[in-house]
Amino acid sequence: MSPVNYLYLASLLFTIGAAGVLIRRNSIVVFMCVELMLNACNLAFVAFSRMHGNLDGQIMAFFTMVVAAAEVVVGLAIIVMLFRSRHSASVDDASLMKL
Amino acid sequence: MENLIGLLVAAPLLGAAVLLCGGKRLDRAGHWLGTALAAASFVIGVVLFADMLGRDGEERALHSHVFSWIPVEGFQADVAFQLDQLSMTFVLLISGVGTLIHLYSVGYMEHDARRRRFFGYLNLFLAAMLLLVLADNYLLLYAGWEGVGLASYLLIGFWQHKPSAATAAKKAFIVNRVGDMGLSIAIMLMFTTFGTFAFEPVLAGAGETSEGMLTAIGLMLLLAACGKSAQVPLQSWLGDAMEGPTPVSALIHAATMVTAGVYLITRSGAVFNGAPDAQLVVTIVGAVTLIFGAIVGCAKDDIKKALAGSTMSQIGYMVLAAGLGPIGYVFAIMHLVTHGFFKAGLFLGAGSVMHGMNDEVDMRKYGGLRKYMPVTFVTFGLGYLAIIGFPGLSGFWSKDKIIEAAFAKGGTEGWILGGVALLGAAITAYYMTRVMLMTFFGEPRWKRDASGAVAGASPQRPDVEPVAENAADADTAHPATGAAAEPHPHESPKSMTIPMIVLAFGSVFAGGLFSLNSSFVHWLEPVTGHDHGHSPLSAAAVTSATVVVLLTGVALAWAQYGRRPVPVLAPRGSLLTRAARRDLLQDDFNHVALVKPGEYLTRGLVYVDAKAVDGAVNGTAAAFGGLSGRMRKVQNGFVRSYAVSMFGGTAVLIAATLLMRAV
Repeated sequence: MSPVNYLYLASLLFTIGAAGVLIRRNSIVVFMCVELMLNACNLAFVAFSRMHGNLDGQIMAFFTMVVAAAEVVVGLAIIVMLFRSRHSASVDDASLMKL
Repeated sequence: MENLIGLLVAAPLLGAAVLLCGGKRLDRAGHWLGTALAAASFVIGVVLFADMLGRDGEERALHSHVFSWIPVEGFQADVAFQLDQLSMTFVLLISGVGTLIHLYSVGYMEHDARRRRFFGYLNLFLAAMLLLVLADNYLLLYAGWEGVGLASYLLIGFWQHKPSAATAAKKAFIVNRVGDMGLSIAIMLMFTTFGTFAFEPVLAGAGETSEGMLTAIGLMLLLAACGKSAQVPLQSWLGDAMEGPTPVSALIHAATMVTAGVYLITRSGAVFNGAPDAQLVVTIVGAVTLIFGAIVGCAKDDIKKALAGSTMSQIGYMVLAAGLGPIGYVFAIMHLVTHGFFKAGLFLGAGSVMHGMNDEVDMRKYGGLRKYMPVTFVTFGLGYLAIIGFPGLSGFWSKDKIIEAAFAKGGTEGWILGGVALLGAAITAYYMTRVMLMTFFGEPRWKRDASGAVAGASPQRPDVEPVAENAADADTAHPATGAAAEPHPHESPKSMTIPMIVLAFGSVFAGGLFSLNSSFVHWLEPVTGHDHGHSPLSAAAVTSATVVVLLTGVALAWAQYGRRPVPVLAPRGSLLTRAARRDLLQDDFNHVALVKPGEYLTRGLVYVDAKAVDGAVNGTAAAFGGLSGRMRKVQNGFVRSYAVSMFGGTAVLIAATLLMRAV
């Protein structure tokens, strides 16, 4: 099976993730969509690693996982605090930054 | 001896500081302190004078360096005094007449609640004037010059509760400002030309400087002199300055302030000698003012304003003489000194009359006062004889010399200037006789008939209603009598009559004393130089002409005001009389020529400021405000819209990268 198909899959997943980030209001879902985009990138990295025959892409994928793990910790903490303070997980409710 | 010079200025300055800062505890004795310090200044002056007489003509000048005022590289301003014969003359006049006026004020201002402050200002006036005449450089002179302006402002507006006094003070200050600008420009020109503004190097260097520069400096100095000495075209403040208490008028007109301009021109003689054009302008200004003031003096019914017109005219004589160059400097100063005596005497006499007449100033409501105020009558009369130049009295000696000098100028100019000076002498005799006759002779026009009205007239002339608006007004020595009661003319207290008597002595004898062996000429010659000129007329001819015009003037006045009774209400009068009553339309002229264009200019500038400047500033602000209002909408606080912009940005970046690679 051609590695190009993996790239198709990766871009499909990335698109789904991006669309989710832009469209969904629930912050948990938005968060998961971000994770989906990260994993789509990982998939692309690994596919390229396979295509070019060196391990750089796989190493990058590990890095991404570590960053993603850290991000999950911080992000979930924020979401939990947000939910506690305003009893809603909607990203549109957290719009205090505007005037 | 040099160290004493500083004390001349320091004594009255100390008085001013103590009196103005001392507070109420000095209210009871402050006026005596002020008088004593003015007298101290006079005594020091006399000591220095005696010392100066002990030395020869050329070595009489004393110099005293007090401290470096502004020491900067290439610019040295010192507080340093120079006492030569010219300064000495002024010092004695200022402190002597000034002390007498202080003494007079003790009586005159007795009922004024702010008397202490008044004496503080008087002392400040003396100090500034002494600083002006003692300075050895133009910058220090300028400091004194400004001090005189300040003190005159404070004193003219001393009764600040009267709006007219407050306005007069402002007018005097602003008109003087124009002259001050001339002086400051002259000083700057001197600095650029000579690199210094000390008298000695400037006056010594004047010989080698181009005539154009000297003319420019001379004209600027003349502008300054016009402001302080109330010469045409800056004369308008002098009449209004009569709003001040009468001793202030005496001080301004006799000893300080108006003499400053004559001093400045005489002191800068070397500059003017090198600039004949500037000298010609000086003589023209003097001649015009001489006639101008005399005509105004003829028409005024207010005794102080008539005297003010006379001052303007007499200062015109001095400026005319000063413009004649070395022929005239000495006589300008001589007339200044004799004028100081008789004009101070006349003003103090006028004050004494007002004091006895419930502050009535309208001469048409005087008449026959010689019986009620004998001392005032005699001293005022001697001053009168002196000012019209009655042979033998002070004014005769000095004025006659000026007329001679004007003729000695030579050529057509000489004839014109001499003719004008003679005409001025005739008009002087006329208006002073008028003042004399209206005040002290004729029927008493202030008496009421049975019905209580003033004999033959309604008392409803708004411009001459005595001020009764403020019972605390100390000049109203008889409070709450106002216009209704009949005045009870009486002689003034001793503190007022003694200075008048002393000044009358000066009015009688000073001129003769100065002319004895030409002593005054020899006294001033080392400083100002002297030149006899070539008069086309012999001295005897000029003198007899002077006496003839003098008698003509007196006779005319007698025919009009002595033989016939003086109407209490002023007749309408000819066009010239009406114009002269309005100061020959000086204020109307200033209003049309300066105030109106100024107003239009201001309005135009306000319009430009509001529309163009503010328009540009506010427009820019509004543009940025509107723009940021639009851009602010992008920041809507929704996370998802930020995400859209991130994605959009990324997409654009990627597209751009691909595009660059493809190209």
